[in-house]
Amino acid sequence: MARMTMIEAVRSAMDVSMGRDEDVVVFGEDVGYFGGVFRCTQGLQAKYGKTRCFDAPISESGIVGTAIGMAAYGLKPCVEIQFADYMYPAYDQLTQEAARIRYRSNGDFTCPIVVRMPTGGGIFGGQTHSQSPEALFTHVCGLKVIVPSNPYDAKGLLISAIEDPDPVMFLEPKRLYNGPFDGHHERPVTPWSKHELGDVPEGHYSIPIGKAEIRRKGSAVTVIAYGTMVHVALAAVEETGIDAEVIDLRSLLPLDLETIVRSVTKTGRCVVVHEATLTSGFGGELVALVQEHCFYHLEAPVVRVTGWDTPYPHAQEWDYFPGPARVGRALTEAMEG
Amino acid sequence: MDEFSRLSLHVPEPAVRPGDQPDFSNVKIPKAGSVPRPEVDVEPEAIRDLAYSIIRVLNREGEAVGPWAGLLSDDELLTGLRHMMLLRAFDARMLMAQRQGKTSFYMQHLGEEAVSCAFRRALRKGDMNFPTYRQAGLLIADDYPMVEMMNQIFSNELDPCHGRQLPVMYTSKEHGFFTISGNLATQYVQAVGWAMASAIKNDTRIAAGWIGDGSTAESDFHSALVFASTYKAPVILNIVNNQWAISTFQGIARGGSGTFAARGLGFGIPALRVDGNDYLAVYAVARWAAERARRNLGPTLIEYVTYRVGAHSTSDDPSAYRPKTESEAWPLGDPVLRLKKHLILRGAWSDERHAQTEAEIMDQVIQAQKEAESHGTLHAGGRPSVRDIFEGVYAEMPPHIRRQRQKAGY
Ligand SMILES: Cc1ncc(C[n+]2csc(CCOP(=O)(O)OP(=O)(O)O)c2C)c(N)n1
Repeated sequence: MARMTMIEAVRSAMDVSMGRDEDVVVFGEDVGYFGGVFRCTQGLQAKYGKTRCFDAPISESGIVGTAIGMAAYGLKPCVEIQFADYMYPAYDQLTQEAARIRYRSNGDFTCPIVVRMPTGGGIFGGQTHSQSPEALFTHVCGLKVIVPSNPYDAKGLLISAIEDPDPVMFLEPKRLYNGPFDGHHERPVTPWSKHELGDVPEGHYSIPIGKAEIRRKGSAVTVIAYGTMVHVALAAVEETGIDAEVIDLRSLLPLDLETIVRSVTKTGRCVVVHEATLTSGFGGELVALVQEHCFYHLEAPVVRVTGWDTPYPHAQEWDYFPGPARVGRALTEAMEG
Repeated sequence: MDEFSRLSLHVPEPAVRPGDQPDFSNVKIPKAGSVPRPEVDVEPEAIRDLAYSIIRVLNREGEAVGPWAGLLSDDELLTGLRHMMLLRAFDARMLMAQRQGKTSFYMQHLGEEAVSCAFRRALRKGDMNFPTYRQAGLLIADDYPMVEMMNQIFSNELDPCHGRQLPVMYTSKEHGFFTISGNLATQYVQAVGWAMASAIKNDTRIAAGWIGDGSTAESDFHSALVFASTYKAPVILNIVNNQWAISTFQGIARGGSGTFAARGLGFGIPALRVDGNDYLAVYAVARWAAERARRNLGPTLIEYVTYRVGAHSTSDDPSAYRPKTESEAWPLGDPVLRLKKHLILRGAWSDERHAQTEAEIMDQVIQAQKEAESHGTLHAGGRPSVRDIFEGVYAEMPPHIRRQRQKAGY
């Protein structure tokens, strides 16, 4: 075991994978010599050579498009989009190509690529460095979508993603890169080294894609969250004293519906939390599923806590961000409803 | 005082429209044999002219002349002629099948047969094409079974794509033919990625990307060029300039760059223009580019100057936007007739043998069609299972798709 930040865990996942499998290649803007703007790929070029870890031109559709071609050849590219906000130029390659190559060729060609990207707000990134575009990916059949909430999961899930035979979108909440965050911006981030989930095995291990984890057992209400919001939810539960069960989804697609249904059937109440905007966000899908599968067990309407339906503002980012106070109010609402 | 008048937008227009006299005076055609053949390791800077000229081998008399001639034997040329005739007959039958309602849609190659048929012969087994929809010649010239192509077009029970793809969107890893996307230009940058992978693995195989003149306006075209140029990928970047993108003439996508090949110059990629209706010239240029790629000298951009004689697709009516007789006025002639003439001149062919072969080929295509139709057409006979809708989205079917499959009754 070692103490790792999420950045180190992500790096370790790529390192372990590149060491085990010569077909794994890593590239993206600034990822080679420099090691990426968040240093997730630091040292990989020095260790594996510049044909396995290299800098790419600033062309997101080029990065994803060439990764698709490499995958068709037989490599396993793990590429970085510098910020999730910049994946839109590559969206065509992802949705129409990567996601469908297996289907349209009936398995003649496949597309085992991983697209990593830092997501979410809380670092004063403004509207162009704070987005959470997961719903744009979960709507695309053929992609898998992962959002880890801690270093241990990040490494195990990234290794699974790299080994997965299909395209995987790997969204890394950058607010959690250095430590868990409870949503109180005036408090410093607690480093992962003070946190049990900062314990990460050095070698190879994997976490199955499509399995949620219950972060806190409870019986009064179920909170469904992922990424940064898992930590915000835990803080809110602690502050309100409500005996909530907190589910960390980890994989949004495929989704662990069973864990959700089991929990909501037990508690009869549900709060869904995410950082992305409300309208047509992934929370809508979660609420619909809860309604379909748990209707007769529900004792109150399901409550959503999300970012506002506006771009991510720079100066007011903590008013945009769904912090523990807002989640706490939602918990109370769900309990009273 | 304002000395400038008001601005106005420039919108390019083709020289002629329906009802006008066809006019190709803007297509400057050099004499066959007049364009030099540089060494494959030439500096791109030294051959900038080749992006503005047209490499031609067959002259008007049907002779093969100049430095790009002399690469193919009689037998190889006869094979080439046969491939082009086969593709033409195949097109004719499939067009008819579409009119008869046996499939929804078809795209023919009329006038462009030399491009893909000759190019394929310059590649080796294991090389990979990333084609668009008008390169079925890559399959025909690699002896891919015609029945399989028809099964795909008819979406029948033996369709290799299980009914999931539009007609003509073939796939064959074995024959070096990447699964076709309907989204223009996406394959271009994928070809570069494949080539980069081959170089990363110190392999010997090369890739080829394909795009139409209209689609060069897509950003993926430019992404492909920057990646190919940056990493010197062993890739051949083909642009088929058939003058039209549906109803839009080539001047709309080309902008001020003069030729499409010239687009390569800013990237330091050697760029050649070739007579796309000249089987010998296409082959010669493709071989030059393939050799460059195989010697690890990097990418080559090739513009094939040709003309789309047929409609864009079965949903298109070209008489609405260009003169009816324009294709006859096309100054580079018909690729099949030009090769035929050359072979007759060589003493390897005759009008009689040509007519006889034409009839044999049509028989062969009709036989294949009968076989394919025995497995079903779009609206009749055997078809892929509804279960196939749900298979193959992922390597392993996730629970939510399984639930939906069960809901559909499968
Ligand atoms: C991204 C995208 N935009 C538009 C279309 C619709 N479309 C299909 S073919 C075509 C014209 C393509 O022209 P060109 O690239 O010159 O190829 P050609 O058909 O002449 O061989 C268009 C606009 C498409 N398939 N994909």
